[in-house]
Amino acid sequence: MTVADPGNMNEALKKRQFGKPRESVILFVLTLCAAVSLVTTLLIVGVLVRESATFFEEVSFRDFFLETEWQPLFEPVSFGIWELVAGTLMVTFWALLLAVPIGLATAVYLSEYAHPNTRKVLKPILEALAGVPTVVYAYFALTFVTQDLLRPTFGADQVNVFNALSASIMLAVMILPTIASISEDAMANVPRDLREAAYGLGATRLEVAIRVVFPAALSGIIAAILLAIARVVGETMIVAIAAGSTPQLTVNPFEGVQTMTGFMLQVGLGDAARGTVDYQALFAVGMMLFLITLAFNVAAYFFVRRYREEYE
Amino acid sequence: MASEQLRLRAGGAVARRQLVSRVSRYLFLGATVLGVSILGFLAYDTIDSGASRLSLDFLTNYPSRFAEKAGLRPAMYGTLWLMLITVFSSIPIAIGTAIWIEEFAPRNRLLTIVKINLANLAGVPSIIYGILGLTIFVRFYGMDRSLLAGGFTLALMIIPMTVIASQEAIRQVPPSLRDGALALGATRWQAVRHNVLPNAIPGIMTGTILAISRAVGETAALIMIGGAAFIHFDPGPNLADFADPGGFWAGLNESFTVIPIQIYAWTLDSRREFQANASAGIIVLMTGVMALNLLAALIRERFRRN
Repeated sequence: MTVADPGNMNEALKKRQFGKPRESVILFVLTLCAAVSLVTTLLIVGVLVRESATFFEEVSFRDFFLETEWQPLFEPVSFGIWELVAGTLMVTFWALLLAVPIGLATAVYLSEYAHPNTRKVLKPILEALAGVPTVVYAYFALTFVTQDLLRPTFGADQVNVFNALSASIMLAVMILPTIASISEDAMANVPRDLREAAYGLGATRLEVAIRVVFPAALSGIIAAILLAIARVVGETMIVAIAAGSTPQLTVNPFEGVQTMTGFMLQVGLGDAARGTVDYQALFAVGMMLFLITLAFNVAAYFFVRRYREEYE
Repeated sequence: MASEQLRLRAGGAVARRQLVSRVSRYLFLGATVLGVSILGFLAYDTIDSGASRLSLDFLTNYPSRFAEKAGLRPAMYGTLWLMLITVFSSIPIAIGTAIWIEEFAPRNRLLTIVKINLANLAGVPSIIYGILGLTIFVRFYGMDRSLLAGGFTLALMIIPMTVIASQEAIRQVPPSLRDGALALGATRWQAVRHNVLPNAIPGIMTGTILAISRAVGETAALIMIGGAAFIHFDPGPNLADFADPGGFWAGLNESFTVIPIQIYAWTLDSRREFQANASAGIIVLMTGVMALNLLAALIRERFRRN
């Protein structure tokens, strides 16, 4: 065999790499695939902006943000978003109050105390909770939590059939794996040296966990909580079924509230005709929801990146 | 002698700190067990209230005004067809996106935007996807409240998750495989097609199956685009339609319900006896979800050893 002339060889290679039309067609198709996700975002933003613009032609920004009553279906109609935002805030508050301590304690146990074999068994079971469809949690919130737990305990006259607390309890169960799993990852990523140094100075296991590992993993833990908040705020079925559909400003968790997602589902179920103001309100509330969850997700993204940069 | 043995036992403040530390173990363990036992308890409670309603009739009956006669048949057909549409429309796009990001994309700002965008899309609430599907597929493209509109909406929803999982799988393939192929004169696509993809497939499948199990349980987005609760026919193409493209297409354009929507409707039914139906529906749904998760775990385990 003769050695090919290097000039020709380059030609041949070039032909093979770039000359074949097939290769560029494939690159084109792959690029199109990647464009789908960008187009999805543009469509989401476009739809929300365009349709809520129609809404704001009828209802002023001022009324939307300054009125305190959300009453789209009865006269006199009123579109003050705060009642819905307050409903969302209330269920989020109680859900976090329950899920954050339990979730973080679980993360500390799995990362600092548990035998590796125990961890290998417990973590997948916990993560299975994350795979449960939320309509299932919603069913439990209404049946078990409200009917069998809250009403017998606190009295049926105190606890509404649809109440914020039952939704919050199941929301807490829903986000428990998110908080525990991501925090545990962050804690497990803290370098051994830090722990060894603390042990060497005579710290106990608890002291190492709370005063060394926890602060070192803080950005990951914050990211976990931010992601959990975004999920609670965007969750629909649990609040729509268990928290009811009465928009109101209250601090009593035994009363029913309507959240932003709860209202959106109500419209989706077909209460409002297309083109009416209350139908368009769907998009204005959707816009608000989108912006809130986006803010939490973006914040979480940067916190995750920070802890990745610190120790990986 | 025992009495002469050196005893390393702390006293005073140190002993107190050690005691607190030892007790703390049980506190943390308690929290963990609480979380894990919730899963067990929910399973017990569902089976306790739903098992008696579970029967062959329950799976093959249409919805009914009478709790004992109501069944899950249209919902099961709906879920099955919806998942088929979702899988076939989302998986190629998701894998293509992952390949583009990992193997072909120029390392520049565009890539960063694509990645951040995917991370954010994965966090967008499902009900927003519902609004998107309602506006784009149902209204703009005039698909009405059909299986196709539902399937496409779910596809958009699971693409980000599937892409992220597939990227992870592609990144796990040793670079030497790709480099070796390229060194032997393979084009970039040949290296990806014959060396990278075959090794990434198990990981991609695991991620995809988990995304599908998310789609199976999705309720809010499908209610938004108009999945109805009570349907008295089998949504989707019938067996006879497989020979007839026109009939097949018509089948895909039928209205639908799915198991989670049926559970939702039974849960909120004012007649208490329908709650047992909801429980039985949950048993069916969870069996499906758990089977998918188990399948994903099996694939992961099997290929980890090789």
